[in-house]
Amino acid sequence: MRFEILVLSLFMGLVTYIPRWLPLALLSKRDLPLWFKTWLDFIPASILSALLLPALVTSGEPRHLDIFRPELLVALPTFAIALKTRSLGLTVVAGMFFFWLAGKFF
Amino acid sequence: MMTEPPRKEDEHAAIVRDGAKAAWPICLGYLPIGLAFGVIAGKAGLTPLEIGLMSLLVFAGSAQFIAVSMLTGGAGLIPIVMTTFVVNLRHLLMSSSLSVFLRGLGAWRLALYGYGITDESFAVNLTRFRDENWDWRRALVVNHLSNAAWVGSTVVGGYAGEFIPHGAFGIDYALIAMFLCLLVFQLRGALYWLIAAVAGGLAVFISIILPGNLYIVIASVLAATIGVLIRRTSKAPEGSP
Repeated sequence: MRFEILVLSLFMGLVTYIPRWLPLALLSKRDLPLWFKTWLDFIPASILSALLLPALVTSGEPRHLDIFRPELLVALPTFAIALKTRSLGLTVVAGMFFFWLAGKFF
Repeated sequence: MMTEPPRKEDEHAAIVRDGAKAAWPICLGYLPIGLAFGVIAGKAGLTPLEIGLMSLLVFAGSAQFIAVSMLTGGAGLIPIVMTTFVVNLRHLLMSSSLSVFLRGLGAWRLALYGYGITDESFAVNLTRFRDENWDWRRALVVNHLSNAAWVGSTVVGGYAGEFIPHGAFGIDYALIAMFLCLLVFQLRGALYWLIAAVAGGLAVFISIILPGNLYIVIASVLAATIGVLIRRTSKAPEGSP
């Protein structure tokens, strides 16, 4: 165990922990205004979509638009299965299967 | 089935079982990423012990990948720590959303909960908090199982990563598929579809013009704000978009 790696990990851990913990500590104790609750209500759908879509339709470094990717093609039936079944487990297994299948062609 | 109230051990077992049921897609999804991180960190000269320590203290995949690549490039402590901070700022939004469901929890429990907030545990727990009988104990089981899968897979990757076949069983798609399904759970009406589409479109656009991953925060904040404005102007009753 090198000292530099320990110190680096400690500081990385600290700056990662603060944004994770601070809103919990500040917000869970008080009544939030209605507009803020509404805003928070939209955050999960927004954040999931913002995490997903660039991963499906962009590639490279620096990123560029690239819609001919197995990730996007496989997302279509996977999304349909999620809508139809609303089962997390089934969607994950189906998505893995489609991606494996797509790997045979791409 | 049971006529008498469950005993304490039964209750604990039920909590762990419920948590494990919710956590397995996360653990499965972390496996290939953790192994890959272990391999790359090993190639960058980190020992399995150092890899495990970093995973335990930081517990944030993308930041750890970036840190190791910066280390390989000879970057110093301060640039790596600052990059880590910016990359992980998105957790502010997730922690804010979760705070609504963790009211009344003591300071120490909140501090413990904060440690386990990742993109994945946030999405899984928030969905459950909203839809069913979910509580902070079950959510903590999800957080800690995810954490164990992450730390474990990165250490294994540090030891033996090269021997594991790349892309086996489509496992690289597990997290994307999980996010797709969790997104479906969030689409509870036309307005949510619209906001998700706005967030996704903005995220793609911003991710192309702006390096790094701040596009996640910027797109989500803008889209959620648009959602509030639309709901205000349409004067729809709360809770029914």
